[in-house]
Amino acid sequence: MQKAWLRRDRRGGAEFQTAGNLLVVEDLKRVTNKDMGPKDIFEIASNKKRGHSVDISIRIGGEAGQGIQSISSIIAKTFVRQGFYVFINQDFASRIRGGHNFDQVRISKYPVNAAAGNVHILIALDKETTRQDIDCLSDNGFLLFDENEIDFTSDNPNHFSIPFTQIASKVGKSKIMANSVALGSAIALTDFELKPLLDCLQEQFESKGSETIENNQKSATAGYDFVRQNLKTKPALKKSSAKGGRKNMLLTGSQALALGAMASGLKLYSGYPMSPATAIMEFVSSQADRYNIIVEQAEDEIAAINMVIGANFAGARAMTATSGGGFCLMVEALSLAGMTETPVVIIVAQRPGPSTGLPTRTEQGDLNFVLHAGHGDFPRAVLAPGRPEQALYLMSKAFNLADKYQTPVIVLSDQHFNDAYFTVDELDLGNIVIDRGDILTEQDLPSPHEYRRYAPSESGISPRILPGNTRAVLYADSDEHSPEGHITESAAVRNQMVRKRMQKLEGLRREIGPPDIYPAGEAELVLLGWGSTHGVIKEAVDKLNQKGVPAVMVHYSELFPFNPQHFSAPALKKSKIIAVENNYTGQFADFFSKNTGLSVDRRILKYDGRPFTSHEIVHQIKDMI
Amino acid sequence: MVKLEDYHSDDSIAWCPGCGNFSILKALKAALVDIQQQPHELVIVSGIGQAPKTPHYLRCNCFNGLHGRTLPVATGIKLANHKLTVIAQGGDGDGYGEGGNHFLHAMRRNIDITYLVHNNQVYGLTKGQASPTSDPGFVTKTTPRGAHSPACNPLMLAVASDCSFVARGFAGEIDHLEDLIKAGIRHEGFALIDILQPCVSFNRVNTFKWYSERIYKIDADSAYDAEDRLNAFQKAQEWGDKIPVGVIYRKQRPTLEKQFPAIADQPLVGQQIDPGTFIELLEIFK
Repeated sequence: MQKAWLRRDRRGGAEFQTAGNLLVVEDLKRVTNKDMGPKDIFEIASNKKRGHSVDISIRIGGEAGQGIQSISSIIAKTFVRQGFYVFINQDFASRIRGGHNFDQVRISKYPVNAAAGNVHILIALDKETTRQDIDCLSDNGFLLFDENEIDFTSDNPNHFSIPFTQIASKVGKSKIMANSVALGSAIALTDFELKPLLDCLQEQFESKGSETIENNQKSATAGYDFVRQNLKTKPALKKSSAKGGRKNMLLTGSQALALGAMASGLKLYSGYPMSPATAIMEFVSSQADRYNIIVEQAEDEIAAINMVIGANFAGARAMTATSGGGFCLMVEALSLAGMTETPVVIIVAQRPGPSTGLPTRTEQGDLNFVLHAGHGDFPRAVLAPGRPEQALYLMSKAFNLADKYQTPVIVLSDQHFNDAYFTVDELDLGNIVIDRGDILTEQDLPSPHEYRRYAPSESGISPRILPGNTRAVLYADSDEHSPEGHITESAAVRNQMVRKRMQKLEGLRREIGPPDIYPAGEAELVLLGWGSTHGVIKEAVDKLNQKGVPAVMVHYSELFPFNPQHFSAPALKKSKIIAVENNYTGQFADFFSKNTGLSVDRRILKYDGRPFTSHEIVHQIKDMI
Repeated sequence: MVKLEDYHSDDSIAWCPGCGNFSILKALKAALVDIQQQPHELVIVSGIGQAPKTPHYLRCNCFNGLHGRTLPVATGIKLANHKLTVIAQGGDGDGYGEGGNHFLHAMRRNIDITYLVHNNQVYGLTKGQASPTSDPGFVTKTTPRGAHSPACNPLMLAVASDCSFVARGFAGEIDHLEDLIKAGIRHEGFALIDILQPCVSFNRVNTFKWYSERIYKIDADSAYDAEDRLNAFQKAQEWGDKIPVGVIYRKQRPTLEKQFPAIADQPLVGQQIDPGTFIELLEIFK
């Protein structure tokens, strides 16, 4: 008998379907700690097949400016150095000082690419943390705070007041060292050794001199000792050795995107600062002189993309990055690139809209926008990496497709992906191949006067020249133009040129890679996702399979032009499809249905500006069952 | 040896007979031949309007982009290959209206391009609406009671922005204009040449005769010091009975291209790309 939740919703219409699912999402907010529990984590942790494992999450909450990020990055480094996999998600408000922010560091023996729903250690640097974040503490989790600094008391033995500031002043000779005290205290709860932390502090403060290093190390040690001496409850978290000796890499999505672009030959970056894309520009800037790259901060996004178009026209690989609002300003130039057949690469790092929206938070709400942006018909490609390795590879693919097809390529990311830290074993630069497309040189042009920029061809691609590189000249025009590039009003030429440009879409479609299907094979349940949800859906699928609910993830990172052949396996077609997306309507689900003719049975949607956890996904699917 | 016929284009001209653009095109071609500019090493970037059609009527590299966005495209081209000569071209609506923000920032950057603004104080392509440089009281279909805001003064803006070369020409003085264009191209930095130009179809006020009666050449006054900014402000304010043409202001300051070590040795275009060199960068993530 078919289970109720598997029944295909035949009511149709995105609006109706969505409304049903939204209720489920809203319900989720009321789910208490106990329902979601840390049990899933510990179940995985003690899974016999995988042996004794580690999956610890530490959340540091406080005001902007209190050093949350420095604490989280030191914790992360301490564990990455020991061979663990670390994932950090950053949750912050749009302000420079004050407010309430947190970083959540997840440490695991196995690769983790998503935030956990519960935390085992919560470090409260402000009172707000004890209000807002306490619910995410797991059953045996610890809250660390300093009752001298924040107005909070608790009779729960796991709520542990440590005089961070007093210890810092006494041992570290300055209140500034309070964060190092907190770091040492947290390590004491995990049953890990202190030394890797001390080594990390040494490296962190190397440039500040031996006294600073010593004071930080003493403070961390004092925090560690304080916990060990005063803790009444035995820590539930067991030490486990990681693979050790191997040097993993810890980097953000923004850094992976920037690295991918630079290694693909980025020569000019122009952009206007906008969260969450700014970190890309900052990272490129930090390496610009070393790798001969020009970074020019533009007066607005319109200037940024037009500069990038100019540079690409002249033959240098150039790109810009922005968020939805900035991309709105770029759209006229997007169609300019389409019309003039100029390569251009644009990263759109999504944040919740409309308008200014939630500037520092995450959403996948701009898919429809980037698929359709621009007036008139012109070809484009849209890519959406979900892991740093994909970001690296897809940035190189973006530049190659842009050059080869002389048209815009959009790389769609989001705040969660850009700001999260991922641990990767290695990044293979060998995957990066440079294909500049068809560019003619002097030798290819025996009669320079006969060169025609928009000469018709079967593929729709006309070989280009770079100005100054040959004795030929080229005319590029935003008006409809003749094969020579001159302005035309001819109906026949118009038809010829529209077809020529759109023909490139078919070539692009053949270049688009298949979705990532995990685990390989068939299952009665398909979790359909794209972009930044790769890690979290994969984790949810693991949990479902462990619970005896056979499920596979089908994750798209190369979205457009969509190739329906990629979803042709009969086994998958029979599966029930549940879309998981960070937006209100299920934009990818609609796009997928339109292109495959398959209906998406259910949608798990979230649009509160926060990323999914695998608990949320599994919980919702449980509800459907 | 570059000859006039090297700049001959087969494209047919779409301007009204008697348009000031013909004279500007003539002066531009003459200037390019005189300085022996190779057509394939020149890029003319233009926006949208009647003036931005100009590059089609020469044989050279042309990028005819969006309304108002000429300068960012030209900046991108020059940064990618600073060996190219880059000229940006547009009208008063394109440059001072739609592209006003880019105008301010291109001057600030001092990118080494020459910006020719065909200023006829009216919109031609859209058939006769007021432009940012229309004089107050100028009656059009969109300003039936006359333009009410004061006209934008591009030369004042340019001097205030410390634009490194500020000049005004007149389409009726072809030789003089040719000299200004040559000086603008030779100038190392951003060169603004605002070119007064009659619109025979839509501007019945600022006619060839109107301009001819008013303009005078600053160059005739040997005492005028174009490097004196206060003088330049005064000169740039003159409008009405007497309108100065010539080089109003000039100042030597570093170009944008000089700010980037990345192109100290060779242009971005042509630099070798080797993904392998980034292996060492991976160390910072470990």
